[in-house]
This record gives sequence, C-alpha cells and structure tokens, in this order.
Amino acid sequence: MSVIEKQSVAEIKARNKELIAEVLQVYPEKTAKRRAKHLNVHEAGKSDCGVKSNIKSIPGVMTIRGCAYAGSKGVVWGPIKDMIHISHGPVGCGQYSWAARRNYYIGTTGIDTFVTMQFTSDFQEKDIVFGGDKKLAKIMDEIQELFPLNRGITVQSECPIGLIGDDIEAVSKVKSKEYDGKTIVPVRCEGFRGVSQSLGHHIANDAIRDWVFDKIAPDAAPRFEPSPYDVAIIGDYNIGGDAWSSRILLEEMGLRVIAQWSGDGSLAELEATPKAKLNVLHCYRSMNYISRHMEEKYGIPWCEYNFFGPSKIAESLRKIAGFFDDKIKEGAERVIAKYQPLMDAVIAKYRPRLEGKTVMLFVGGLRPRHVIGAYEDLGMEVVGTGYEFGHNDDYQRTAQHYVKDGTLIYDDVTGYEFERFVEKIQPDLVGSGIKEKYVFQKMGVPFRQMHSWDYSGPYHGYDGFAIFARDMDMAINSPVWKMAKAPWKQKPQPTLMAAE
Amino acid sequence: MSKLRQIAFYGKGGIGKSTTSQNTLAALAEMGHRILIVGCDPKADSTRLILHAKAQDTILSLAAAAGSVEDLEIEEVMKVGYRDIKCVESGGPEPGVGCAGRGVITSINFLEENGAYEDIDYVSYDVLGDVVCGGFAMPIRENKAQEIYIVMSGEMMAMYAANNISKGILKYANSGGVRLGGLVCNERQTDKELELAEAMAKKLGTHLIYFVPRDNIVQHAELRRMTVLEYAPDSVQAGHYRTLAQRIHGNGGKGIIPTPITMDELEDMLMEHGIMKAVDESIVGKTAADLAAIA
Repeated sequence: MSVIEKQSVAEIKARNKELIAEVLQVYPEKTAKRRAKHLNVHEAGKSDCGVKSNIKSIPGVMTIRGCAYAGSKGVVWGPIKDMIHISHGPVGCGQYSWAARRNYYIGTTGIDTFVTMQFTSDFQEKDIVFGGDKKLAKIMDEIQELFPLNRGITVQSECPIGLIGDDIEAVSKVKSKEYDGKTIVPVRCEGFRGVSQSLGHHIANDAIRDWVFDKIAPDAAPRFEPSPYDVAIIGDYNIGGDAWSSRILLEEMGLRVIAQWSGDGSLAELEATPKAKLNVLHCYRSMNYISRHMEEKYGIPWCEYNFFGPSKIAESLRKIAGFFDDKIKEGAERVIAKYQPLMDAVIAKYRPRLEGKTVMLFVGGLRPRHVIGAYEDLGMEVVGTGYEFGHNDDYQRTAQHYVKDGTLIYDDVTGYEFERFVEKIQPDLVGSGIKEKYVFQKMGVPFRQMHSWDYSGPYHGYDGFAIFARDMDMAINSPVWKMAKAPWKQKPQPTLMAAE
Repeated sequence: MSKLRQIAFYGKGGIGKSTTSQNTLAALAEMGHRILIVGCDPKADSTRLILHAKAQDTILSLAAAAGSVEDLEIEEVMKVGYRDIKCVESGGPEPGVGCAGRGVITSINFLEENGAYEDIDYVSYDVLGDVVCGGFAMPIRENKAQEIYIVMSGEMMAMYAANNISKGILKYANSGGVRLGGLVCNERQTDKELELAEAMAKKLGTHLIYFVPRDNIVQHAELRRMTVLEYAPDSVQAGHYRTLAQRIHGNGGKGIIPTPITMDELEDMLMEHGIMKAVDESIVGKTAADLAAIA
C-alpha cells in the first residue's frame, strides 16, 4: 500500500508541502492563514516542529479537542480511586464522560473505590437561578452517609458554576470542617476556560497544590518510613494497566514506588509524594506543573521517561537510575538484560510482518511522540504526527528527540485536513481516537485507537510492548483489508495459462 | 378584543419606575383596559401598590419549592389586585447568589407557554435598573415588548442609564420589533430638568411623553401600599398619571429606533445646559497635592 519508502526525503518534503498547500486551498482566506501556522514539514536540526500550538480552534472546523472539565475530571482527578469526584452542574458532562477512560484500579467499587461510578449534582433550572451551593452541600452529606469509606471529595465544575458564580470553595471549606478536616477539593475547571483540555490539567494540578499539599502540616512526620529509593510515577493514568507494567520495572531495579499519579492512585499517595526522592514523569503535558512545583517547594527532582518499546525503555531506565547509586544503576542493567530475550522474541516474530510499514498519529498529551520509538523497534516509520492540545514545549521535545526529517506535522488537525492527509499519504496504519476510527477504517486504512489502546493494553513497559506489537500486527495484517475493495474496482485477474 | 400591547418600563434604579408604572397602569385600567403586570425584578416589588402587599408567591420561589417550573399552574402565581389588574412577579435569588437573569427568562417563557397573555389588552414588564445581562434584556427581545418607556430625571446618572438602555433597544430593534416609546421624566427638582429631559429625548430621536411633577401625595399613597389613583382619585397627581396613561395609549405603534449618543456627546449636552462644567484637561488625574504644587 505504502509508496513512501521509495521516495527520497526531498521528494517527501516536497509532497508534504504540496499537500499542506492543497488542504489550505479550501478554506476562506482568513482561516487558511490561521491554519497554515499549525501545519508544517519537519526540518531536521530545527529546535521545534515549526507549528503554532495551544491556540483557539477555528469555529466551524471539526476539532478533536476536549474542555477544561475533561482535562480535570476526565484525566487528572478522575482516576484517584478512593475519592469521589462530583461532576457539578447539569447531568450531561458527567453522563457522557462516565468511565470513558480505562483507568484500571484495585479496590471494591462502591465501597472503598469509586472510579467507574458517576456522581453528579444534576443541575435543574432552579439550581441555575437560585445557585447550587445548598445542593452541593447536601450531596456531600449524602456521599458521607452512603459511602463512608471515601477518603475525600472533589468538585469538578461544569460551565454554569462559573457563569452563575457559585461559591464552591466556601461549601468545600464548611463541609471539610464539619467532617473533621476531610479533604474536599473545589476545582474551577469550567469547560469554557481555555482553548482545550490542557488548561483543565493545569487547573487540576493547581488544585492538588492548594487543597492537598498545602493542607499537609509542613513539619509533619511522613506516615511511612522513607527510604532513599522512593519514587513517584507521575502522569501515568493506568490505561489498560499501563502504570502496573511500568511500576514492576522500577521495583525490579530496586526503587520503591510510593505513589501513582493518578492511575490506580489514592489520596494518601498524593499526600506522600512530597517525600519522594525523584518524580518520574511520563505524561509531561498533563502533570509537568505539579512536578515543577514539587521541585521548587520540596526540592524533588523530576525526570521525563518513555516506557514505549524496548529502546526507549532501556534509555529511560538508565536515565532514572542515573539519579541514584550504583545499586540502582546495576538494577537497571539487570532489568534490561532480563527482558532482552523476551523483546528479541517479540521483534523476531513481528518485525518481519511490520517492517517498512508507515504510521500517521494524532493523539493527546505524550503519545504523538512517545510511541514513535516503539513503532521503530518494529521496523515501522511514523510519517505524520500531531497533538490535540500540545504546547510549544511538546513540539520541541518531538523535534529534538523523535521525528524524522520530512515528517508531516499537524497541530489541532481538523477533520477535513486529517482525512485529506491520510487519503494522499496512504499510510499502513492510523493511530488516533474513537472519533477518527471509523472514518479511516471506511477508507480502507487499518486503525488503532491510541487513547484507549482499543480496549487492549497495557502498552507501557516490556510486557506492554509484546501486546503493542501483537495489536499493530493484528490491525495492519488483518485479512479483512484484502476484501475491502469493491468488486467493480478490482482489476480483472489475468487469465492463467495452463502450465506447459 | 383589541390587539395585545406589550410595553416595558426601564430606568435607573431608584428613579421611581415601579411607582410610575403602577400608577400609569392603574389609570389605564380605569380607562377600561385589561392589564397584566410582569415584575422582572428579583426584589419582587413591582406589583406592591396594586396588590397592597409584596407578592410572596413568585414564579421562581414556587418553582423551586415544587421542583421545577413545569410543575406550576398559572393560577398559583397570578394575583388579582386593584381594578382587576393581574399581577405576577418573577422573583429570583437572594442578592449575590445564582443567576437572576436566567430567572427572568424562565419566568417569561413560563407565562407565555401557559397562556397568561390571553384576554389581556396590556402586558407591562417592570425591569430592574439596568440591562446588566441577556436575561434582563428578555422583555426587549423578539415578540416581547413593542415599546419601551424609559423613566428618567434630570440627574446625570439617570440620563446615562437612559442612554445605555437605548443602546440595548437598538441592539434588538433590528432583529425584533422593539421600539423606544419615549421618555417619562419623574421630577427630581434638579436644575433645568424639563429642558434637559426634552433635550435628551431629542438626542435619542424620541420625545418626552410626559413630565410627572413631584408631589408628596405619591409618598402618602405608597406608605399605604396604594397607587395615587386608588388612594386619592380626585387629586391633581392622579390627573397627571391619567394624562400619561392616555398618551401611552395613544402612542401605540409610534415607537422609534433610538439613536444613542456617545459619552462625549452626553457630557457636551450636560455642559450646554450648565449642569456640568467644562473639564479642564490639564487637571485630569492630578491629586490635590499635585495641583497645589503647580499653583
């Protein structure tokens, strides 16, 4: 299917530039001018991808972005398993985001953990007119009565809360006092704030700083015996068990994981993190804020890592080990060596089936760059990538460490642009979300959901790579694609001559 | 039945909107018209003089008690007062809470959907001080009030407010049919008040419908929670309200699209009439100490 491999880099660049010019043509002049800044062809050696980002989407285009509420409730806070997160406002926001991310967790749902449950204040017209503070207080009382083992409550604001100016902070403080200093966190993540879910991540990070960290007495003894090898996993949401397959590697090399942020995480883990020796950061976009804060306030260094594919895993394990003593450094080498045979076997099996296949990505926080190494380990090539809600620092990281010369870059791609790009480039695989999946599959292009792992996973860590490789093979080499062409579009088979 | 006239009274807070409107509507009722007053102020005091009491059962308070506005019957919220004037109050949240503007929208939708405007000659909306948000602009939107009467006085802030309200009317005049009916000056006994009110009306492209002189009898009636029309029907002041009512009645369909003026034009006008002194640009932003140093 792919024609890319036969082309030189110069040819690819020329084609990609032409393609960008072509999609821009259909827009009105002003829109074309604005969108042009978000599309580019990567030039090797440049410090970023040469695109503008984190700017308001243009009305009328189909954008894939979410809102600040999605960033706070859906991403950062939602997975904290022993707290109850109230979707505060009309019912729709909570209902339609209910259990949308597969944040796996351990616990007894409805008793001591609540991730897959949905709590909402279900605003009615009278709550808008008269304000919802009394209702919010009542809901907190009901939560206390019905779910006494909850460890805390967060209030995830939907749009109307900000519009009518409800004082959710006052309600939270009063109820916290009433329930013996219980952690109750008001989060001002109204959906209309900012240009995407990205601001929601930031607001959620700030809420942890102000309503969790700042409530801990500064000199209080930790509620656990600290060790010199305590680390916290930051920015892993445990999609399909990702954090678990990451955690075991850190533990095997001799570190102790004292917290997971926030997949399968708990309030106690958040509270323990200021005593960590190192924060290891997977999703930079959604949790760099709190990592920087902990560095400034508690002096905890942080280190970005990438657990997709054996090359990046080995690189990351060594990088993390670099913050510790020889015992840990040796541990890292031991772990890498231990899994090498497994990785060799996976690659031996799948690389021949995937070699030279091309991929186009469009995902969220870290995956537009982080998964590139995993594809390359399988001999595949990422020919186009872009972020839904990335900022310039994401594109810098992408340019400096991941993408190849000539890669097509598309920030906050519109539905139209993405379809045209895929149509013209004809990659062997598209990796994006549920909203894109069926569009591309109907075009006859194999597809994997790279937000939810298409209900598979984990993809992180060595164990995850084996699953990743199998899933990509399954998508690309499925026999179904051979039948996707309409019979009347198939070339007539040349009549076979009988062998002499 | 004559065609339904929908009017609204707007004006700066404390200018005497509710008093003027209730007295005028009482006079219209006396002329035989069937009237409905829709109070759109969260304070719910737009019908106090007609009902002799502050309406307790506002649409929004009953809706909150019942669960939602859909659970209400029109009879529960509609009270009948002096000369069979029908009164409803929208009500709303206590100050500083919730969204009063949304409350106005909810209430007016409820009244329309439940046939409150049937068998009525006049619907009058009484709206709070300023058009602060979309909710309080509800009565001037499409298919609501056709004519807006702005209650004002010779005070500078009242004229600022009149100009701002005109801007609100202008905004909706082209999408809907709302027009400025005219100004009603409620005398405050400021300098050159009549002259100024007429000049203001001219600037806005409208006319001064009536100049209501100040008379303590209005306060006497108010203390008894009555209109002057009811308290002292033979008084001179009652006559003034009757004249105002006749003029409004005769003004049907004669409203105009206002031509609001800029702040500078407004200040120029006040200076022309000697209300405001010319501003010496050299002293703007200077403290007393600065000026002393210069002198």
